[in-house]
Amino acid sequence: MANENQLAQAREPSTAQYLTFQLADEFYGLEILKVREIRGWEPVREIPNTPDFIKGALNLRGAIVPIVDLRERFGMKKVDYSPVTVVIVLSLVDQADDLVIGIVADAVSDVLDINKDEIRSAPNLGSKIDTRYMQGMYVNGSRMIMLLNVNKLLNPEEFANLTD
Amino acid sequence: MSIDMAQFHQVFFEESFEGLDAMESGLLNLDMGDVDKEEINTIFRAAHSIKGGSGTFGFTSVSDFTHVMETLLDEMRDGRRQITQTALDVLLGSVDCLREMLTAIQEGDEVNESKVAEHKQALDKELNGESTEVPQIENIAQSIDTIESSKAANEGSSQAGWHIVFSPHAHLLKTGNDPVRMFRELKELGELTAIVDLQGVPGLYDLDPEDCHLSWDLKIEGDISREEIDDIFDWVEDDCDMAIQTLTNGVTTSQHPTNDVAPNQINSAANSEQPAESNDVKPEKISSVQAVNQSAKPKAEKKEAKPKGSSSIRVDTAKIDTLINMVGELVITQSMLSLVGEDFSPHKLEQLKNGITQLGRNTRELQESVMNIRMLPISFVFSRFPRLVHDLSTKLNKKIELKLSGENTEVDKTVVELISDPLVHLVRNSLDHGIEMPEDRVAAGKPETGTVNLNAYHRGGNIVIEVVDDGKGLNKEVLRAKAIEKGLIEEDAILTDKQTYELIFHAGFSTAEKLTDVSGRGVGMDVVRKNIQSLGGNIEIESELGKGSTIAIHLPLTLAILDGQSVAVGDETYIVPLVSIIETLNIDESMVNRVAGKGETFRLRDEYLPIVRMHEIFSVETAKATRLTEGLLVVVEGQGMRCGLFVDDLLGQQQVVIKSLEANYRRVEGISGATILGDGSVALILDIPGLVRLSNL
Repeated sequence: MANENQLAQAREPSTAQYLTFQLADEFYGLEILKVREIRGWEPVREIPNTPDFIKGALNLRGAIVPIVDLRERFGMKKVDYSPVTVVIVLSLVDQADDLVIGIVADAVSDVLDINKDEIRSAPNLGSKIDTRYMQGMYVNGSRMIMLLNVNKLLNPEEFANLTD
Repeated sequence: MSIDMAQFHQVFFEESFEGLDAMESGLLNLDMGDVDKEEINTIFRAAHSIKGGSGTFGFTSVSDFTHVMETLLDEMRDGRRQITQTALDVLLGSVDCLREMLTAIQEGDEVNESKVAEHKQALDKELNGESTEVPQIENIAQSIDTIESSKAANEGSSQAGWHIVFSPHAHLLKTGNDPVRMFRELKELGELTAIVDLQGVPGLYDLDPEDCHLSWDLKIEGDISREEIDDIFDWVEDDCDMAIQTLTNGVTTSQHPTNDVAPNQINSAANSEQPAESNDVKPEKISSVQAVNQSAKPKAEKKEAKPKGSSSIRVDTAKIDTLINMVGELVITQSMLSLVGEDFSPHKLEQLKNGITQLGRNTRELQESVMNIRMLPISFVFSRFPRLVHDLSTKLNKKIELKLSGENTEVDKTVVELISDPLVHLVRNSLDHGIEMPEDRVAAGKPETGTVNLNAYHRGGNIVIEVVDDGKGLNKEVLRAKAIEKGLIEEDAILTDKQTYELIFHAGFSTAEKLTDVSGRGVGMDVVRKNIQSLGGNIEIESELGKGSTIAIHLPLTLAILDGQSVAVGDETYIVPLVSIIETLNIDESMVNRVAGKGETFRLRDEYLPIVRMHEIFSVETAKATRLTEGLLVVVEGQGMRCGLFVDDLLGQQQVVIKSLEANYRRVEGISGATILGDGSVALILDIPGLVRLSNL
């Protein structure tokens, strides 16, 4: 899939594929090239003295991967994890290293081809959702999809700031 | 093509750095009185392979520079040149310079040309100063050929002039060439100064009037292109030895390669700058203007963007062979087990058990030998010290002998890399502050030459590295006074010897009366301790006033595997490093005191230790034991501080592979890393000093 996507990008650089997922009734999207894998929720090891939205650390084939609950990250209502709860494992290219971080989402929905021109800048959504972490907004029919800037959203240094 | 080559660059750089190390230690080992041929050969070979490699990869500045060194070494090897201290110093300096050049190229930085030029000049001087052989000059010249010509090609000819050393072979005149005619042509290009060297002229009876015995040192000034000069000498190129350099402060040169020359043919071209040595040479001026072009600075002509941080390791083939053997055994065990499993019946149970035992043994052996691959002898670190001591003792005017022992002690590669800087700092301190001046030593009844020992050995699961000097030792009174002055301790504080010595680890603590550029600014010892602690080690000082000091560094053998004790706190499992555990005990309330109603302490024999409640500082809600009598107290020590960790239960001891939490997340206070347990779940490894800090908040 990654290859197809790269080919698609080479032909039509103005479109990018986004993986969309659900949190409560809202839809979010993130660049599919950053997605490493999607797996079901399984219990993780808690890391002490970290913000609540860091659920803990998971053993991903030998690597220790922190798991972030996006609902809690965005200050939404907590729900119990169900069999459809997914963990989207992302690989973020930081300045130097490849960071691997998992996010917990209610469910994944589709993969969309989104033309760059169709991405609107993020509106001011008030205090509930910080638009700093938004790449933009995309309207798919009647559905509004928030495109996340995961590099910013999942920066461990930002977590530190939040704890303060 | 360039991409193909680039993949070998890393190997080249590694080999070159190894070569440089070999050259350095070889140079330091050279005994001037009794020269070991083999030693020079080693140095020469190292230089030669660096030259060859850099030439292959197109790092011409490096190959050219090395070529000059090689020439000098070659002469030493052949016994044509005396080995002098100055020559060795120049060569050592050049090794440093070469190392810098290589580092710069490796990292894609600009090569510091002026520095390179400086060293080249020193080599140049060394070559010219003591030898009367022209090929040296020529070779030096050759060295910068490429830089210069590429520069000339790029920027046009902007030189202020050329310096030409021209020494025709004896038969030059027979080929129909006339130097005088060539000089006339040169004169047309610009201002020409020619100095003739008569040194090669034999006595009258030996003189063959048809041979050319003269050589010249020419300086021509003006904006002249290299091609124009070359044109003039075109016909004599093969019949002379010649070096062409740009007229600068002796920095940049360019030259024409000519065929090799036997020494007796060319001993006529002594550099004009050594008039004392030449037989009454009279400068024969055609015209005289003195000018030195200071400007032309060749640019670094090769830039190789090299990503940092990739590292590799050289492994003894024997180690690899062992590994392959073990993998072979593992495969056999595996096939045996699969045979058992294919058609399993209860009577094969014994066979299955045996197989699993064997598998366990194979795994353990495999693990050991894989870890062994990461082990390097500590001599990788120690080898730089002879040089350091050599340089520093000269600088400090002290007589110091360095003794190494246990160089073959093996440590993890990471430890080797990280221990080197702290160790340098400690050795510098010993040299600067520890060892006294020779006259003071004699006055104190000690041998004039001070001794610094670097020892390495294994003790338990640790490696111990000691820096021992027989210098003046630490003065407890001075340390104490200084600490009081700095407000680190109270005036009436009672300190043990150990605590007093530990004062020097405080930032900004220096008792040196005057600062030197070697040490004494009081930064450093705190950094040293921090670095060592970050490696999971500790540092201890012993000292006796007037007798010397011993600084011992204790480090874990490896950073990748740790013996751990797993403890349970509620649903959580934590790993406590076994080395930091002193004992585990049940506690009863009568042993506990509350300090200021808050901090809990308990009495362990005659010591009062703080209690760190794990479930509280890590906010574990599922903890079963909340009252002290319900759980266990694990007494741990870290950074010289002891405390009792209150946990629900002890689970078991096991070796754990340390995984970084920081790789994907960040540092968490109180936790040094994570590991994966047998059931695949993650467990966090406790950082004892961090926990102590946390509990003090």
